[in-house]
Amino acid sequence: MNLSSNAPPLQPRRVVVTGAGIVTALGAGWAKNEEGFRAGRTAFRRVTLFDVSRQRVKMAAEADLPERMPATLLSPRQSARLDRASSLLLLASVEAWRQAGWEPSEEIPVVLGTTSGGMPLGEDYFRQAVRTPRLHRRQATRAFQYQAHSQGRIVLDALGLGGPATLISNACASGACAIGQAWEMVRGGGAEQVFAGGYDVLSQLVFAGFDALQALSPTRCRPFDKNRDGLAVGEGAAMLALETLNSARRRGAEILGEITGYAMTIDRHHLTQPHPEGNAALAAMSQACAAAGITPAEIDYVNAHGTGTPLNDGAEAAAINQWAGARAATLPVSSTKASVGHLLGGAGAVETVVCLMALRGQWLPPELALETPDPACRFPLVTRARDARLATALSNSFGFGGINATLIMRRWE
Amino acid sequence: MSRIFVSGYGAVSPAGWSAGELQRVLRDGKSPPIQPLDRPGWEKPLRTRAVPAPAARPSFLAHPRLRRSSAITHYAAGALLESLAGLRPDSSRHVGLIVCLQSGCVQYTYRFFEEVLADPATASPLLFPETVFAAPASHLAALLENTPLVTTLIGDPATFVQGLALGADWLRQNRVDIAVVVGSEEINWLRADALWHLEHGAIISGGAGAVALCREPEWSAGVELASVTKAQSYSARKSRMQAARAMREEFRMAENELLCDGLGDSPRTDAPEIAAWQDWTGPRLSPKTILGEGLMAAAAWQCVAACAAVAEKRFSSAIASLVGCNQQAMGVRFQACPGREKSDTL
Repeated sequence: MNLSSNAPPLQPRRVVVTGAGIVTALGAGWAKNEEGFRAGRTAFRRVTLFDVSRQRVKMAAEADLPERMPATLLSPRQSARLDRASSLLLLASVEAWRQAGWEPSEEIPVVLGTTSGGMPLGEDYFRQAVRTPRLHRRQATRAFQYQAHSQGRIVLDALGLGGPATLISNACASGACAIGQAWEMVRGGGAEQVFAGGYDVLSQLVFAGFDALQALSPTRCRPFDKNRDGLAVGEGAAMLALETLNSARRRGAEILGEITGYAMTIDRHHLTQPHPEGNAALAAMSQACAAAGITPAEIDYVNAHGTGTPLNDGAEAAAINQWAGARAATLPVSSTKASVGHLLGGAGAVETVVCLMALRGQWLPPELALETPDPACRFPLVTRARDARLATALSNSFGFGGINATLIMRRWE
Repeated sequence: MSRIFVSGYGAVSPAGWSAGELQRVLRDGKSPPIQPLDRPGWEKPLRTRAVPAPAARPSFLAHPRLRRSSAITHYAAGALLESLAGLRPDSSRHVGLIVCLQSGCVQYTYRFFEEVLADPATASPLLFPETVFAAPASHLAALLENTPLVTTLIGDPATFVQGLALGADWLRQNRVDIAVVVGSEEINWLRADALWHLEHGAIISGGAGAVALCREPEWSAGVELASVTKAQSYSARKSRMQAARAMREEFRMAENELLCDGLGDSPRTDAPEIAAWQDWTGPRLSPKTILGEGLMAAAAWQCVAACAAVAEKRFSSAIASLVGCNQQAMGVRFQACPGREKSDTL
């Protein structure tokens, strides 16, 4: 790219979603997840992937991998060596890809968000290095494959893409930031089509980390409940095929929704705690609305970050109250983390797909397990799935370190 | 107006805590001493080139957010602040921050996971937040205060050039006044062990480098970001060798140009880059052969060395060639332009 060109900037282009793939503990695929969210299912169980006997909390939302992975362009060797993170990412990718009807191409960038990539492989590396320091078997492979860009490479090879693959690690906002960056690329004329999303797997290090912080709920994940006592961790992935409206129309593609706004802000208050008033969250929502050219009054549903921790939900509630103003009294809000857990780097992408489901199906995703709404919430919390007329949805994602991201989606009619 | 300039650069490396120290060691061609790094369970230690202690305690360490942070953040902060030092502090000036990492926060990750395996019930909650890839960027944002855009990119060392391209985009879109790209890595035995499994002869090193970009020619340090190649991703259809060659083909040779390559001391790893640049007859500099395998930090040193060579008017332009280990090959060209006088703080 020659950086000295004098080409005028392009008019912003409309960005639509023509493919979406999702895998969570509710199952693999749009249909299973939509059915699970609508039926009000939760997907938590005792962790089986690693030893939790000495942990304070023992539950998480583990995903089940299918016995057979979908056919792709991966070589038999690559297929045989897929790690858990790559498998989850691949399931979501193949679903989104097939739905979009895209062809292999050297010109489609990939943007992925993750917090820990193939961390379980890194943990295996660590255990072997410490316990049997003279045993080298598989260590080189683990050192290579645990890195997040190895999962990016799997997506490229599986779908016949030439990249580039950009890996964003903005903690729990990673998935939303990946979609946001992809949206900016398409909107700004940097690419006609971008494949983007987020993923994360359960790993002992991360689970133990949240447990050490006493951030995990020892009871039930109850976002925005007055008596909430923590989050629940989950795993999964979601991918989106984003393209210009012109490209989608030219191809005659089915449009699942439009992404109309995105913003990212930084909260410098503390490494792990949000500003109590949710200043950065407020700024992210306001800036995303400005990018979309709408006001809070035009938002029909908010999929909150809503982790279930006292600090996050308090700050987010304060931010939503202030941002929405008078609209707050009637603005439906829910956190679907009560169903599938907090998917960390995958959360923003999964929740974007949930918003697309809601917009397409005209229903409100519920927030399960809510008993006593926190009086700080001046907005109604959706406690059961119900039909509703939705034109626009907003999704929040906030991360350790203070990155706050907001995406806005519009129904495609 | 879409020209992008380099307003400053900084480095922390085994050569010392400044880009000047880096330049001095690269010019002399004399490697800092190799230090042994104990590897539990092995009689023979691993080999490193570590960052020396700073001559004086950096003042930024007094910032409350950096109190518990690990070396990776300290190195990044040192390089970042040096890259911005030529510009007078101005709270109205918005700085975008892009932190690039490959191994990331390995020191605290190691310590925390060791505690988890020993007994998760007593693992320290203070360590875990510092294991997150986003932690250094968060600390740096708190240090600078006026940072509306912050992101962390992870990948192999060519990701540093992706960071430069992203920073240039932010500037062209008028979203920030300055975009700083920082690459940083720290050392511990586990990271050295992993590198040993991939390349037995490698000497691991740590540190950081930073390149600050701007739109305003009068803020320039005499260097323009002239071009960034496409990201040539490795895939089933494009080998590392082919990607390196494709990257190289985007550059036409220019007069009085320096090549800052990524060669180390590993014939197998270096082979694609050697082949890609075999027709290069101009001067070249290979920082990793002198400073060790610093992964993302080394990528940043290459770019800093290229910028410095142009800023000091030793070359009209300089190319940094980044043939990453397992993701992509990218290159960047810096060229001379009129810059501010040294005394001219804006």
